[in-house]
Amino acid sequence: MRFALIGQPNCGKSTLFNQVAGYKAETGNFSGTTVTFTESKVRLNGKVIDLVDLPGTFTLHGTNPAEAVVNKYINSHEVDAIINVLDATHLSQGLELSLELLSVERPLVVAMNMMDEATRLGMNIDGPALMSRLGVPVMPLVASRGHGIKALFLKTLQSAQATVQPPDLTLVAQDALQRHQLAGQLTESIVSQGPHRVSWRDRLDDILLHPVWGFLALVVILFIFFQIVYGFGKLIEAPVLVLFNAISSQFSSFFGTRSLLGELTVGLIQGVAGGIAIVLPYLIPFLFGLSILEDIGYLPRIAFLMDGLMHRLGLHGKAIVPFILGYGCNVPAVMSTRILEERKDRIIASTLAVLVPCAARLSVVFGLVAFYLGPSWALAVYLFNIFVIALTGRVLTKLLPEDTPGLILEMPPYRIPTFKNVVNKTWFRVREFIVEAWPLLIIGSLLLAVLLYYQLSSYIDALVRPFTWLLGLPAETGVPLIFGIFRKELSLIMLRQALGVTDFSQALTYLQMLVFTVFVVFYIPCLATLSALRRELGWRSMLAVSALTVVVALSAGLLVRGLGFLVLR
Amino acid sequence: MLNKVVTRLVDVEKGRLVKIASFEGGHRMKTKLNRFGIYPGDLARVVRHAPFHGPVLLEVRGMEIALGRGIASLIMVEEAACDLP
Repeated sequence: MRFALIGQPNCGKSTLFNQVAGYKAETGNFSGTTVTFTESKVRLNGKVIDLVDLPGTFTLHGTNPAEAVVNKYINSHEVDAIINVLDATHLSQGLELSLELLSVERPLVVAMNMMDEATRLGMNIDGPALMSRLGVPVMPLVASRGHGIKALFLKTLQSAQATVQPPDLTLVAQDALQRHQLAGQLTESIVSQGPHRVSWRDRLDDILLHPVWGFLALVVILFIFFQIVYGFGKLIEAPVLVLFNAISSQFSSFFGTRSLLGELTVGLIQGVAGGIAIVLPYLIPFLFGLSILEDIGYLPRIAFLMDGLMHRLGLHGKAIVPFILGYGCNVPAVMSTRILEERKDRIIASTLAVLVPCAARLSVVFGLVAFYLGPSWALAVYLFNIFVIALTGRVLTKLLPEDTPGLILEMPPYRIPTFKNVVNKTWFRVREFIVEAWPLLIIGSLLLAVLLYYQLSSYIDALVRPFTWLLGLPAETGVPLIFGIFRKELSLIMLRQALGVTDFSQALTYLQMLVFTVFVVFYIPCLATLSALRRELGWRSMLAVSALTVVVALSAGLLVRGLGFLVLR
Repeated sequence: MLNKVVTRLVDVEKGRLVKIASFEGGHRMKTKLNRFGIYPGDLARVVRHAPFHGPVLLEVRGMEIALGRGIASLIMVEEAACDLP
């Protein structure tokens, strides 16, 4: 038996799904977080039910790829019942989709979510009246707190086993406008407005969306955010590295300096250490903080503030999502470009998104630049990165001329994130690193050990030499750069091994560290991102984007080499 | 009698109540707006404008929607020219 969750963006479908299915779907207080459907098995009264979380859609006849998924799904799969999730605070908009779903003639249950929010707003919703008017069950729900879920599913099971009554003909609309009016009338007849409290949301928005205070708040919030990530990461990184270095020197003295087994053991330890000491200490607090910002509802505010500036990149504010997600990982960033309707927007947004330094590259920036040159230099790298992205955006817009229709985006109310949701989301993203990237990282370390033992690395170094020579980097940086294509954090971990030092300042000047980091930030996306690009845009665009990133990386590296020469001699 | 004046949404000041009159854009823009529950005839309030020629934040039926400047300049609205009789 299969139930499908359908609802408008940001109505809480994914939250509901995650409550019952453990953490699988990405939720966020932002339209269009779910871009593909996720399935899970749920046990209910001894029956196993396949539950599908479909992407948020305003209509069954949508135009963007995420909406097309929904229509295709309900037409091609055997769905035994549809759970239509509504945001009770946006009842009128939500009912438009419900009216459309009535004519699908499948067992339908309406889940009225965010009832707590509606009560707070002073709305009195007459559920029974709506139920008798629509002719389908209407169940109250507070998905974020887990209230009403069991009852909803039991009701759905009941409906799935009953026969479907054809919808009341007065509720069948001819077109979108008629549906809009019908939904409006329906809402008026069932909702009565109690005393409207003075909204603290408006007061907060007055500050956070203010032309001056808004940007100031944005800078302060991001600054604090990065300070916490850096502070936490450094606190863990240094002592853990010392520990692992002690272990690895124990082993290498045990095996002797020139034995394959010794090199392999050290490689293995370096690979494991890389994950524990260098990546996770930064990745976990970063993703945790990002999840909090997302669930509070701050991301659309950033889109609103930044829209004017984003237009100068040839994009609109909604494209800020891939950018912000990109700071975590470029893979979901590229996937999230699906929320953009135009292919041109998708190409530009994904090209720019892969230039955003992800958490893996963050470890390079922090491990090398912040650690040796200080955190303000790391901030400078981030600002320089934004400048280069802006420039690339402008060039791309010139190359792909076509007008962008612009931003239409719902501004959700602020919501207090639930601890469970934030932890789950963080874990969901961290797990991706642990199961997908870390093994590659360890294999890479072992491979490098073999390369070093048989002294093959000089061939790779020779291959990359034209680039490293241009950038004024030691030839040994060739191997780390090639391995960085597997996983970005490898370029830092491998660097340690390739240069044969534990303290980078013994082998690299500050300027070389800076140039190396800048090049790593921009050049060819990692394998996982490349495969996401191929899925979203096709082979040709993937190759074009990769070639472009090399050009951008080389130009940026040379620029930093030139500028840095003046400052950092 | 209130004197009605038709202007572009993008020119409406913060805090004003307006009635959506028509959309000047093409069919695609119209359906896009409809998807967010914005139709001619709806009452709306301009909540605020974003800096740097950014979007207009519009409240329609209790939902706040940010509309880019390009779109906001294609939406014609009726505004009471003057609140005096």
